[in-house]
Amino acid sequence: MKPAPFDYHAPETIQGALELLDRHGSDARVIAGGQSLVPMLALRLARPEVLVDLNRIPELAGIRDCGGTIRIGAMTRQAHALASPLLRDRLPLLGYGLYNVGHPPTRARGTIGGSVSHADPAAETPAVMLAYDARMVLAGKSGTRTVDVADFMLGTFETCIEEGEILTEIVVDVPPAEGTAFVELSRRKGDFAMASAAARMRLNEDGACASARLVIGAVAPVPLRFDAVTDALTGQVVTEGLLREAVSLIDLERFEFDNPDISLAYRRHIGPVLARRALMQAFERAGERRS
Amino acid sequence: MKMHDLELSVNGQSVSLRVEPRQTLADALRGTLGLTGTHLGCEHGVCGACTIIVDGEPARGCLMLAVQAQGAEVITVEGVSPPTGLSPIQQAMREHHGLQCGFCTPGMVVVLHHLLSTNPDPTDDDIREAISGQLCRCTGYQGIMAAARAVVARRRHEIRDN
Repeated sequence: MKPAPFDYHAPETIQGALELLDRHGSDARVIAGGQSLVPMLALRLARPEVLVDLNRIPELAGIRDCGGTIRIGAMTRQAHALASPLLRDRLPLLGYGLYNVGHPPTRARGTIGGSVSHADPAAETPAVMLAYDARMVLAGKSGTRTVDVADFMLGTFETCIEEGEILTEIVVDVPPAEGTAFVELSRRKGDFAMASAAARMRLNEDGACASARLVIGAVAPVPLRFDAVTDALTGQVVTEGLLREAVSLIDLERFEFDNPDISLAYRRHIGPVLARRALMQAFERAGERRS
Repeated sequence: MKMHDLELSVNGQSVSLRVEPRQTLADALRGTLGLTGTHLGCEHGVCGACTIIVDGEPARGCLMLAVQAQGAEVITVEGVSPPTGLSPIQQAMREHHGLQCGFCTPGMVVVLHHLLSTNPDPTDDDIREAISGQLCRCTGYQGIMAAARAVVARRRHEIRDN
């Protein structure tokens, strides 16, 4: 199918984009990489009157190393982030997640900010950003505000971005040396996840777990953190057996998605399996980074 | 709806286009420029038949609006083929039964062309990753893999012999 007609604007500054959004209100929709929005236009699931294209705004793209934090411009392409030596070294979990996003031709156009703002429950970047406690910088007519990722994601395809606002940047604190992993089950690599798990782990000097983080995605409208699991690991020497016990603390009641293709029962089965694998991999990588 | 005038480069030639914003780049290439080598299958980004190279990167022609290609350098399957005869990739596809119905072939040829021009000696995993977004509805992937491997092997020989 072909998209319904719309008007198109390609501003060259953030200010220009905000003015257009202000002028057109709820008739307008922002387009970033377009890898989700254009299919929605083609299927007429979205019928905006006006498209405001962010692709011509250079200040929205790029990755900045600010010492303790890394600032990722919302229009940074997924392929660019995947190829970035800085991100591979400092925020490797993002690369592990992005490797599961689509395919080279979609990652070449798709953006980090677009993926996070689209808030698809099966998407990888929101889970990664939650695992990193990222902060989202939103620009609007009356200035900018910064929102914690946990408050940013509200539900399926729903974020706290208000009408007239755009996501300009994602800010992530660089963690101390740690191991991270992203594990996903999908029918075919690059397809939507049936469930995914993101894990981070830091070891102390005697090799025990000093701190950890576990996020499970694609099982509920927003990615879920399971601190009970990671609390049970903290201070302990990690073994397969310990991980098995720890993932049994995942509160499966928080899993919500149930559909004919992937039942809730199956998600509740594979969620802990993926979590255990991700935590094990993060533990092994933490050991490599320490030695 | 307002029409937009564009200037872009397609297969090395400057072209001017007048497009409606909702027109996809793949439709503009096929309908307005007559470059029908770029195939349209699903028209919503799943099948990869419309894959072209935009500013040096492979991209879905159906997921870019033509109006977004203002100033871009676009290469289609016609642009990676010699004026007569077959390119080494096309020749290998023919020799190794990588064609079958041929519908996915333009997208496959384009992504393999991009892979080989950015990575002179790809592994099997690299090849699989490069074609991972391309659907072959004949499920002829083994022939396509064999063709890609053959091109890589031939290159290795050429490098060794020179």
